[in-house]
Amino acid sequence: MLHIVVCVKQVPDSREIRIDPKTNTLIRQGVPAIANFYDMHGLEEALRIKDEKGAVITVVCMGPPPAEKSLKECISLGADRAVLVTDRGFAGADTLATSYVLGLTIQKVAAEFGPVDIVFCGKQTLDGDTGQVGPGIACRLDLEQLTYVQKVEKIDQEARRITVHRHLEDGVEVVETAMPVLITALKEMNKVRRAPLPGMIRAAKFKPVIWTTQDFPGLERAKIGLKGSPTIVSKTWVPEQRHVDTEMIAADTPQATAGLLVDKLWQTELPQRFGWANGSEV
Amino acid sequence: MEKFDAVVVGAGPAGAAAAMTMARAGLSVVLLERGEFPGAKNLFGGVLYRRQLEDILPDEWQNAPVERQIIEQNLWIMGKDAVTKLGHRNEAFKSPNCWTGMRVKFDQWFAERAVAAGALPVYETVATELIREGGKVVGVRTDREHGDLYADVVVIADGVNSLLGKALGVHQEWQPDQVSLAVKEQIFLPKEKILDRFNLEGDEGATIEFVGETSGGMTGLGFLYTNKESISLGIGVMVSDLKRTRVKPYQLLEQAKQHPAIRRLIQGGETKEYAGHLIPEGGLKAVPQLSGDGWVICGDAAQLVNFVHREGTNLAMTSGRYAGETIIAAKQKGDYSRAALSHYDRQVAASFIRKDLKKYQGLHGLLNEIDPKLLFSQLPKAVNEAAFEMLNVDGRTKAEKQRFAINHIKETAGGTWDLLKLGWKGWRAING
Ligand SMILES: Cc1cc2nc3c(=O)[nH]c(=O)nc-3n(C[C@H](O)[C@H](O)[C@H](O)COP(=O)(O)OP(=O)(O)OC[C@H]3O[C@@H](n4cnc5c(N)ncnc54)[C@H](O)[C@@H]3O)c2cc1C
Repeated sequence: MLHIVVCVKQVPDSREIRIDPKTNTLIRQGVPAIANFYDMHGLEEALRIKDEKGAVITVVCMGPPPAEKSLKECISLGADRAVLVTDRGFAGADTLATSYVLGLTIQKVAAEFGPVDIVFCGKQTLDGDTGQVGPGIACRLDLEQLTYVQKVEKIDQEARRITVHRHLEDGVEVVETAMPVLITALKEMNKVRRAPLPGMIRAAKFKPVIWTTQDFPGLERAKIGLKGSPTIVSKTWVPEQRHVDTEMIAADTPQATAGLLVDKLWQTELPQRFGWANGSEV
Repeated sequence: MEKFDAVVVGAGPAGAAAAMTMARAGLSVVLLERGEFPGAKNLFGGVLYRRQLEDILPDEWQNAPVERQIIEQNLWIMGKDAVTKLGHRNEAFKSPNCWTGMRVKFDQWFAERAVAAGALPVYETVATELIREGGKVVGVRTDREHGDLYADVVVIADGVNSLLGKALGVHQEWQPDQVSLAVKEQIFLPKEKILDRFNLEGDEGATIEFVGETSGGMTGLGFLYTNKESISLGIGVMVSDLKRTRVKPYQLLEQAKQHPAIRRLIQGGETKEYAGHLIPEGGLKAVPQLSGDGWVICGDAAQLVNFVHREGTNLAMTSGRYAGETIIAAKQKGDYSRAALSHYDRQVAASFIRKDLKKYQGLHGLLNEIDPKLLFSQLPKAVNEAAFEMLNVDGRTKAEKQRFAINHIKETAGGTWDLLKLGWKGWRAING
């Protein structure tokens, strides 16, 4: 059976985040914590694969003890087991230190619960926004790296191959590669389901597996936590509002408005840039 | 299908108290709550009372997330640009007697105690109906997939609008003269301003309830409470009056904020939250049968609110605790029938809950009988005019002034006889 690992981070709810105008940092105090929603799209995709083909889903999270809440949410939705990697020693990690620890964690998951076929991460987190952790893990574990995935088209278990759609700036790339892979999920991938009641009950009773620094024999102390994080924030600022020219297009009927819009678009540089066909075909 | 000893619907003070009590005794309990977490959308004035909290959490009540301990309580009788004040401040209230609090924090903490005791929290889940077999309640249906939950007893603690109480028929649709609609604002002010304006130190707090011209001739009560760094200001008015006058409650609140005695207290503050909620005011008459085969009902859902003293959370907690204790005993006997569960009805009847509600049982009738204009507008106005006359030095003799003051109030009430009648009725209504 497929074994899928989903990495989930607990983040402050960005809908309620404010920025301290003096320090330009996030005010985290009093902001409710939620599971990073890109990660949840990864989980949903894993659940769909499980529904269709059967799979075992292990969720892993590095974070403080309250992150248990996000893991319980994953369990309520249908994940099979959850591991919380938590220790003061891990605190203050940047993307480098985080991907190091998550890499070790996934190795340990594979050693204890069976080899891993697919790892899902979110495209990025709501609080850090870097998008570096997924690729960082893929490098360390030597997994095929599939970033910005908007669709998993096919999994061939026999041939151990997977086909996905990657969303790029100028189009969609369809890629086929060999498993094991690491996928970073876009929110367009799916709609996250609502947990069924038995899942809620299971989650309410659930306790995640806890791993601390003690549980990783080969752990290099210099690579974790604040010490293992070379990132320096030299300056932060609130970006200036970009000025964008906008024009309101309105005609008497919706059809006429649409026609007007198409005419205007044809007059821009877009048709040439994207190599659109002649206007008559639109 | 897994079956539980009890399912509790609603994680407000009533439901959490019931769940806590049962879980501590080792019963399997599910605590259902529709909000994202307990208290997420719950609103009250609000004053929390120590005694009933201590009864249920003797070792932990000190950790409750509260705002200020109340050392001074005031009743203000409002004229248009005037106010006559009655208040009591006492260092002995530092026992403490009661605190201001925020439901978002308190309910979450209180329900967490139930979870720590072993209750299973299932939040963001709405109970949509009761599952019945014959005449017996055997569980609840929820809005989730595979959403049926079975239990020996369902504890109905779903608040003032109790959907499940209505489904059982013990809770009628609200009559407009049985509920108030309250609106409340939270106005943020720096701590120092609050301490100065209300003559407080440290975590001391004060409350003001106000009646009179601020409710625009309708049956209503305003409140102003001090929190750590904010003031809660609200006003509740009988729904039947709102319907009749077509006044919107927020208009009353806006007007109250302009009253000179209130304006200065909230000056410079920033309003951050605005919300409305119903308060059951039916009194004892509206309290239903509290148990049946496989169910009990607690707190607001059972109308257990003492509106004269704005006590609700403490009645909710205590009724929830009694319900839990009854279910624990029922489990020992393996009997969840009305006969076994009616022990809960008797416990409530023997406690302060019923006795306090009984004391004020006539008030509801009185308020219906007397024109609210007289009680809530003309008399407060007259009281303020009389007070002004007594204190204003203008050359008239004190005897003349006293005569005016007494006559003025008498005439407003419709003469000596009517004033006496009103006084007598009022006395009876609050000592029923
Ligand atoms: C403006 C105002 C001021 C007040 N001031 C005070 C005060 O100062 N002091 C005081 O002691 N009392 C005060 N009260 C009264 C007090 O708030 C209530 O008496 C008390 O909250 C009742 O507790 P409860 O647990 O019965 O109900 P609630 O606190 O209403 O809790 C019911 C819970 O059930 C949940 N729920 C409802 N339906 C469902 C469903 N179908 N499925 C799942 N969950 C559901 C709700 O989300 C809620 O969390 C005030 C009330 C108001 C409106």
